[in-house]
Amino acid sequence: MKTRMQSIMKRIVSGLKVWKVIATLILAAGAVATIERFTRGLGESTHLTDQFPWGLWIGFDILCGVGLAAGGFTLAAIVYVFNVKRFEPVVRPTILTAFLGYLLVIVGLMFDLGRPWQIWHAIIMWNHQSVMFEVAWCVMLYTTVLALEFAPVVLERFQMTRAMKILRTVSIPLIIVGVLLSTLHQSSLGSLYLIVPEKLYGLWYSSYMPLFFYVSAIAVGCAMVIFESCLSSRAFNRGLETHLLSELSRISMVMLAVYATMKIVDLADRSAFSLLFLPRPETYLYWLEITTGIILPIALFSFRKIRESRSGLFFGSTVVILGFIMNRMNISITAMQRWTGTSYFPSWMEIAVTLSIVTVGFIAFSMAAKYLPIFGEETGHPAPIRDQYPLIEDLDVVSQEGAA
Amino acid sequence: MNTSKAMLIDLTVCIGCNSCQEACKKENGLAEGEEKTLSATAYTALEEYDGTYVRRMCQHCVTPTCASVCPVGAFTKTPEGPVLYDESKCIGCRYCMQACPFQVPRYEWGSINPRIQKCKFCASRIKQGLQPACAEACPTGATKFGDRDELIREAYGRIKAAPEKYVDHVYGVEEVGGTSILYVTGVPFERLGFKTEVQRSAMPALTWNALSKIPGVVSVGGMLLFGIWWITNRRTEVQRIEKQQAALKNHSNGEERI
Repeated sequence: MKTRMQSIMKRIVSGLKVWKVIATLILAAGAVATIERFTRGLGESTHLTDQFPWGLWIGFDILCGVGLAAGGFTLAAIVYVFNVKRFEPVVRPTILTAFLGYLLVIVGLMFDLGRPWQIWHAIIMWNHQSVMFEVAWCVMLYTTVLALEFAPVVLERFQMTRAMKILRTVSIPLIIVGVLLSTLHQSSLGSLYLIVPEKLYGLWYSSYMPLFFYVSAIAVGCAMVIFESCLSSRAFNRGLETHLLSELSRISMVMLAVYATMKIVDLADRSAFSLLFLPRPETYLYWLEITTGIILPIALFSFRKIRESRSGLFFGSTVVILGFIMNRMNISITAMQRWTGTSYFPSWMEIAVTLSIVTVGFIAFSMAAKYLPIFGEETGHPAPIRDQYPLIEDLDVVSQEGAA
Repeated sequence: MNTSKAMLIDLTVCIGCNSCQEACKKENGLAEGEEKTLSATAYTALEEYDGTYVRRMCQHCVTPTCASVCPVGAFTKTPEGPVLYDESKCIGCRYCMQACPFQVPRYEWGSINPRIQKCKFCASRIKQGLQPACAEACPTGATKFGDRDELIREAYGRIKAAPEKYVDHVYGVEEVGGTSILYVTGVPFERLGFKTEVQRSAMPALTWNALSKIPGVVSVGGMLLFGIWWITNRRTEVQRIEKQQAALKNHSNGEERI
């Protein structure tokens, strides 16, 4: 028994070493690309052109980054607004994922903006007609909200009870504001593309894009919670909240079904069904996206056995995420090429920066998990977090009971 | 819109001499040398399609898409017609480039403090009562400067006077809600690289449809979320109290028995 444990530990350690080497290489390439980007400009570091002004950084770092952080508001709503407290054990890692996600979106934005040092202009120079203005404000405000939602973890670590008490009094309004801001932000990323009706290929362009972005974000948000739980259960040698994750996989499945239905209705509305069968690259990419991100996960998650198995959950959530990334990349890149008459493929520097951002995300997450009370228990089966780390609401109950 | 200025470009008259680009570069202090496409150093350029020259430039839309999408309002449509860009506001998101239905805005990709570059419709010259440098330089009258209403009338007049010579369409009267640069041609527009499929109404309505729903989403959504929270919270509260009372009752029953 002991030797088996040791061999497992060894495998994990050697696995970590490989990852460390890969991470170091990525970060080194990212550092070179960063220097290049800020000393020689976007032209030297990216393959962006006048015909193709938005590339990988917008497509992945922003569109996917924000979408993949959607678990944060979804779970906050489930646990605190709908009061389904059994999901509490996964709330903290999810809020952490969302918070890091948003911080990294801002980092990505700093690379992509031509004049990042003027980003604050959006605070004082208003154009309420602009979707980008809405996006800018949502990023600013929701990142603040996420910081406040995550703050109890830090405050608790350093036992700053007074600050916690203050936060506690505003926790519910804060969470409701966060859900509203997320709703606006997720959908506004779809609204960004409403302005390019001819440019964006017909399979993707729809006046329902804001709704599509929102619904698919909820589906992928749940999938991200599953994915991240599976990974951290391996990395930190913890138990897995299989019953909760299986419930989340059902929510994800239902949202994907809603998403699929809306897409079909939309295609019918626009009488665009013929586009589904044209022999074109766009058609193949569309089917690949739909198969990976909608059909396959719905099929998988509809089996109870798969929903309740570790590998089933992991695989199912992975395809939801892959399909989601394909969707955002198709909309931002591949479905734009035909009209613009150019082809775009990111430069190695764009890829290096994107990979570096993802790597930093992973590192930051594991550091936070190591030094902050993110998970309920160190090892073994998960216990409800509230036993160890009383959450805001629990303090409330305690104080009320004390008063009574 | 009566005082709004415009330019009528008659492609049947243009001989491709490139005087317009030369004059433009001189007026705006841009790097010299002929360029065949729009760039950060060419606000206008002549494209050739089988002997027909098409002058590309910012169309100075009546309801500009760039002005609506810019998060910091760096673009403004002046009453005289020009759509102007204020580089001091720009954050460099390039949404204007993405959104422009005519793919006009260019970027200084090589700069570490890049600006959007595009035709300014010689706004300062117009203010002084002069015509734009390109119109002044045009030797054949292919580019004509004037009031938009008058030029539209003139464009239709030219088509009516020589229907065998012109395609029966003035590009820019209705496209994306109208532009300040108008074209007439002898060769069908779609063969000259014109975006003929653009919608006939102004583009900003597309995003405004979504943006105008924000107050509704926030107020209805906010009330809904608060309502759900109140109900679910109350329910758990009631359950807790009931449990407590049941426990108390059990407790007191036990006491009585003793």
